[in-house]
Amino acid sequence: MKFYLLPILMVGLLITAESQAAQVSYGLTLDGKITDYRQDPEEYELPGFGLGGEAGLDDEGFSLNHSEITMQVDAEHLSAKMTVVIPEEDGDIDAELEELYLESVGLGNGITLRAGRYFAGVGYINQQHTHSWDFADAPLAYRAFWGRQYIDDGLRINWVAPTDMFVELGLDALNGGKYPAGGSTSWDGVDAHVAYANFGDDIDSSQSWQAGVSYYAADVDDRLSGGHQHGGGGATEIPGFTGDSDVLGLNLVYKWAPDGNYRNRNFTLQSELFIRDEDGDVILKGSSPLEATTYRGDQKGFYVQGVYQFKPQWRVGSRFDYLTSDNKGSDAEVLEEASLDDEGVDPKRWSVMLDYAPTEMSRWRLQFNRDKSYERNDNQILLQYVISFGAHGAHTF
Amino acid sequence: MRTHSKYIQFIGFVLFVTLSQPAFAKLNVLACEPEWAALVTEIGGEHVKVFSATTAMQDPHQIQARPSLIAKARRADMIACSGAGLEAGWLPVLLRKSANPKIQTGKPGHFLATDHVKLLGKVIDDPANLHAAGNPHVHFDPQRMSSIAEALKNILSKIDAENADDYQANLQNFSDSWNAAMQGWETSATKLKKRSVIVHHDSWVYLIQWLGIKQVAALEPKHGIPPSTSHLAKLLEIVEQQPVDMIIRSGYEDERPSEWLSRKSGIPVVTIPFSVENYSTPGELKRWMDGVISKLLPGVSK
Repeated sequence: MKFYLLPILMVGLLITAESQAAQVSYGLTLDGKITDYRQDPEEYELPGFGLGGEAGLDDEGFSLNHSEITMQVDAEHLSAKMTVVIPEEDGDIDAELEELYLESVGLGNGITLRAGRYFAGVGYINQQHTHSWDFADAPLAYRAFWGRQYIDDGLRINWVAPTDMFVELGLDALNGGKYPAGGSTSWDGVDAHVAYANFGDDIDSSQSWQAGVSYYAADVDDRLSGGHQHGGGGATEIPGFTGDSDVLGLNLVYKWAPDGNYRNRNFTLQSELFIRDEDGDVILKGSSPLEATTYRGDQKGFYVQGVYQFKPQWRVGSRFDYLTSDNKGSDAEVLEEASLDDEGVDPKRWSVMLDYAPTEMSRWRLQFNRDKSYERNDNQILLQYVISFGAHGAHTF
Repeated sequence: MRTHSKYIQFIGFVLFVTLSQPAFAKLNVLACEPEWAALVTEIGGEHVKVFSATTAMQDPHQIQARPSLIAKARRADMIACSGAGLEAGWLPVLLRKSANPKIQTGKPGHFLATDHVKLLGKVIDDPANLHAAGNPHVHFDPQRMSSIAEALKNILSKIDAENADDYQANLQNFSDSWNAAMQGWETSATKLKKRSVIVHHDSWVYLIQWLGIKQVAALEPKHGIPPSTSHLAKLLEIVEQQPVDMIIRSGYEDERPSEWLSRKSGIPVVTIPFSVENYSTPGELKRWMDGVISKLLPGVSK
């Protein structure tokens, strides 16, 4: 977290703590999975896209995945939220600070300010907790561009227009210390910016929609990702990208329920598209002599999904993912080793899921993926449970 | 540095648009449920412009915090909601995203009907229960509605002191006709006293208490969880042991459990509109309660 955030957070926490009307609520969400893959998950890759962040597949077998503890403080003019995730990776459990931010409450004129660590304003599901997602794993586009989910430290200004139609504009000034920016180098600690605009309205009493556009621009400094692995030997040469990165995101969400009554039956259709344009250099760290290439990234990815609740507690869903890339560089071999050559493959995946919510606080999900992310086709079965205790907040559209 | 000049342009645009808003003559009220929209129409009269976030056909527990509602909350001078946790799944999102200081918790423009009456069905031991604070469906008790109407008058007079006299006059008109109607409802509903009903869910406690009806069981004891087969079997036992006059269900609840029990037992299902259909003209609340009583009466006429 950068120096300029610390005083803001401390003053804010003091104001919040001093407020007599402060309400504190806690929540615990258990999110676990049992997975079975036909292929070795260690071999997983997305040709043309380096795997960074948490883009890889979840461990095979049972994993605690993404359980989290949340604390929310609501005071008169400020609210604070903290989320600590307890992910399990390769058998190790590490607590991680996923969110810690202060936000203005009722500032007026439609303006909300936020400071701290939070889900950046890119795309649609990026701003939801993963346990609220409709599928047990991330869309391929989120793996490819955001390392599953883009979280960063920074400041946000959000404005809702005084119009009949919902119009929201926002800006994030972010540290850029996390994937996919790689590291902060500038004097003010701001290396990544996100501008976003969301629009939405009702079509009639049964149908609503929201459309969003986001633009991410970063000065990337040494973004590390997984390279092309040869026979599971584990890559010792780690590709690092330095240069300019721009990602345009478009998203559309449509929801329907008979008479607008979501209780018994409802349907959600959503789709997101990301287009990334990068210009810089890629070096293979750990190579001797040092291998490097110029790099012009041209990558696109989208997913479309539909989820239908056909009776109370039961939902079915289907999703299609597609990625394509056409990256260029001065040294084709280095690009290939950095997993930035598409190897003639456009990664794609088909998924179906069935979920059941025995209570308002719990959900079980069975999902099947036909995964063609790389040259080896994979069949994946995921069984997920999500159980929430205590306050788990209201849900956004 | 190029991005910094973009900031300044953006902030300038924000200031321009927000400061150049015209002042609205009417009070903008966002009601969470149509019954409160109708009550705002009664008391506010020509001085308010009211919109209901939900209809009588929608389960108010399960509403999406949809974009159109955020836009409405952004411009509201006041919200009028049930409270007691009924809107816990969506109202906080509207308040937070709207950034509207007038309607935040604790402000005069944050009107919750259940703050002004005594609630039935408080749950002390079950903090996970949505209705631990008490049952929020108070609009089914005309006496509580009278108290809420008065509280609403007080708040409207506070927010818009200029028109306080009109709000007082509107309250008087409403109370006169409401109290007269209440006597009529109570007279015609005397034969409902001590009659037994099975409800879909505990949404009717105020109606049942007011009219002296006896609730023997609920099809769906936990909200949103359809009845299990063993629970349905137990209900069949109950209806064999004692006479039950009708099964009560709202328009937004799943019809299958009540229809199933009705088929098995021969007990009629009565679907009661959970709220008013129209809220933009005065008199709708009275028409709605007329309808509720007239739906209940045939169930006991035989």
